[in-house]
Amino acid sequence: MTTIKTLADLKKLKDDLQEKLKPRERGLSPETQVQVKVAMATCGIASGAKGIMDFLVEEFDKRNIEAVVTQTGCMGYCYAEPTLEVTVPGKEPVVFGFVDIHRADEIIEKYIKNGELVEGIIPQNYETIEKIDNK
Amino acid sequence: MTELSLHILDIIQNSIVAKADLIEISVLEDGISDLLLIEISDNGIGIDGETLKKVSDPFYTSRTTRKVGMGISLFRQAAEQCNGSLTIESQLHVGTTVKVVMKNSHLDKQPIGDIAGVISLMVSSNPLIDFTYQHITGKGKYLFNSKEIKKLLEDIPVTDPKVIKFIKEMIQDNLHEINAST
Repeated sequence: MTTIKTLADLKKLKDDLQEKLKPRERGLSPETQVQVKVAMATCGIASGAKGIMDFLVEEFDKRNIEAVVTQTGCMGYCYAEPTLEVTVPGKEPVVFGFVDIHRADEIIEKYIKNGELVEGIIPQNYETIEKIDNK
Repeated sequence: MTELSLHILDIIQNSIVAKADLIEISVLEDGISDLLLIEISDNGIGIDGETLKKVSDPFYTSRTTRKVGMGISLFRQAAEQCNGSLTIESQLHVGTTVKVVMKNSHLDKQPIGDIAGVISLMVSSNPLIDFTYQHITGKGKYLFNSKEIKKLLEDIPVTDPKVIKFIKEMIQDNLHEINAST
């Protein structure tokens, strides 16, 4: 029978991580990391965006890629959910639609690692009902 | 939406848009009265009286990218199909609470699902927001507080994937201990 994870176990994990991170230069600035935003409005969640987000967090860790995965609200592409906005440092953000696990894997391997464009990109020339500052 | 945890995820998104920095989620499984109660409370900007009457209408939304907002209507439908209800209380500049109640043993009640995954995902992708999660069953009570976690982690970011995984497993283990249903 496994024991329940407690806060004491978390403390131990923290100590382990602090040891590992000491020699490495911790660049926590967004400019040096890949940023992936997963659209998580009702349309996104209903289409499986949470599963995609779980997959991305796990895969970036496994493949040792410095990336920040966050969620954002509706980007307006409800017909193409799940959608991701990927910003590789130094490049413009690219929005991918119809992302399933297979395509998410392709995006990591081909676009993020090699800069190769993948199928399913949504061009960034949509109009909103009102002009808003997209943040 | 196939699970109640996804509806909860959706309402949390609303709280984030409302600029809340503390979001409190609680789930109560009451076997004796056969009720499942879910409450999501935030300290965001709140909703004024006039708007509050309109929020359940899927054709009313505060977003500008499209004209439909379905989160609340879908959650209400999920509750009503189990003899339940969804109510929203709000005060401007104080916050909003969404309360959902439904018959626990109803055949059409969706499973709670991966609530541990939802909570850990929210904590890690919103490092500036604090979350508390309380789950009560006939067997016991579990309280998760992201403030405690962050204090304990010191300078390790809560966005670290090993931390996210740990938080998810910790919540799962503790929920299992109190026989929480998933």
